[in-house]
Amino acid sequence: MLMKGTAARMGVMKRVSLVFKAKANKALDKMEDPRETLDYSYQRQLEMLTKVRRGVADVATSRKRLELQMNQLQQQSNKYDDQARKALGLGREDLAREALTRKATVQGQINDMSTQYAQLQGEEEKLTVASQRLQAKVDAFRTRKETIKATYTAAEAQTRINEAFSGISEEMGDVGMAIQRAEDKTAQMQARAGAIDELMASGALDDSIGGRRDDIQSELDMLSANSDVESELNRLRGELSAGAPKQLEGGSNGSQTGQPQTGQSQAPPTQYAPPPPQAPPYVPPVQDGQPTGLPVADVPQDGDVS
Amino acid sequence: MIVRILGEGQFRVDDIIADELNHLDTELETAVERGDEAAFSAALTGLLAQVHAQGSPLPPDILEPSDLILPHEDSSMDEVRKLLTDEGLIPG
Repeated sequence: MLMKGTAARMGVMKRVSLVFKAKANKALDKMEDPRETLDYSYQRQLEMLTKVRRGVADVATSRKRLELQMNQLQQQSNKYDDQARKALGLGREDLAREALTRKATVQGQINDMSTQYAQLQGEEEKLTVASQRLQAKVDAFRTRKETIKATYTAAEAQTRINEAFSGISEEMGDVGMAIQRAEDKTAQMQARAGAIDELMASGALDDSIGGRRDDIQSELDMLSANSDVESELNRLRGELSAGAPKQLEGGSNGSQTGQPQTGQSQAPPTQYAPPPPQAPPYVPPVQDGQPTGLPVADVPQDGDVS
Repeated sequence: MIVRILGEGQFRVDDIIADELNHLDTELETAVERGDEAAFSAALTGLLAQVHAQGSPLPPDILEPSDLILPHEDSSMDEVRKLLTDEGLIPG
């Protein structure tokens, strides 16, 4: 403890205040005429006011961007929730599980972003208050400046100018640091937000969340399409069995005669995507002319042709 | 006396609690010298709490420089170190 004799036991608070004062004095020393100090300083104050206001606007922009992204992610999360519901309805617990896993990942991202959002909000509030404080001090300085100019000679004014100057310069230093801190936080967040925007734009966000893009959706679509196909098939079967019982299995089974379409075709509907072997044998009936019984069932009005 | 908390503004604090503040401030300084993170944040939190509890905010249109300046509430030890040496932390 004794090794540093300089300002060892002065305390942090005193030392920081001296650093600020030294800064102000250095600026003061550069000025030849104290009145020049007043005007020059006032210009700097106005610049700082502009800067802090721009800082508030920048933080607000970042905050809004974050808000937008959170909304987009929330939509994504809702979509996964819907998918999970649908998948369960179709008896696909595995798909539902996958959708919910992705939902949890997205939700995690949203939570992270809420924390950042709160931080940005905090910075925005701090900067807003800082700009109001600085505004009040700048106004006070302007009044003081005019009074000093009107009342005192240059020599007399010196002490008063010094006091006003170090008061405002401390505030400027404080506000300047606040702007810097807000900028740093905003920059970090913007980098992250930019990355997420890019992912969203490229459609790769689903990739990063897990799996191929919308593969759950396409599987769900396929499942419901399959069930549509299934009911269509049943309808066709119904039509066919009404008119032409023999034609159905004739192509593949060939030798087997009699009643091939008993339970066989009905067995796999839920498990498999049903192969559509029924269509091809149905097409050529007219050309072949082989099965005599068929064409009749085909279309009733065909009598005129050839 | 007038105490500024960076990022918050100035407070007028009764001289009576100066001893208490100095005590905590010494702990803060020692913590920074030793790089003792836990002691650092304990002392800083204590100082801020004291000023918040005992001080009254100064009207913003007062142009008086502060006697003491406290680091930001969420300052890291590294930031405080830079503040003390004025490595460009205070702009302009």
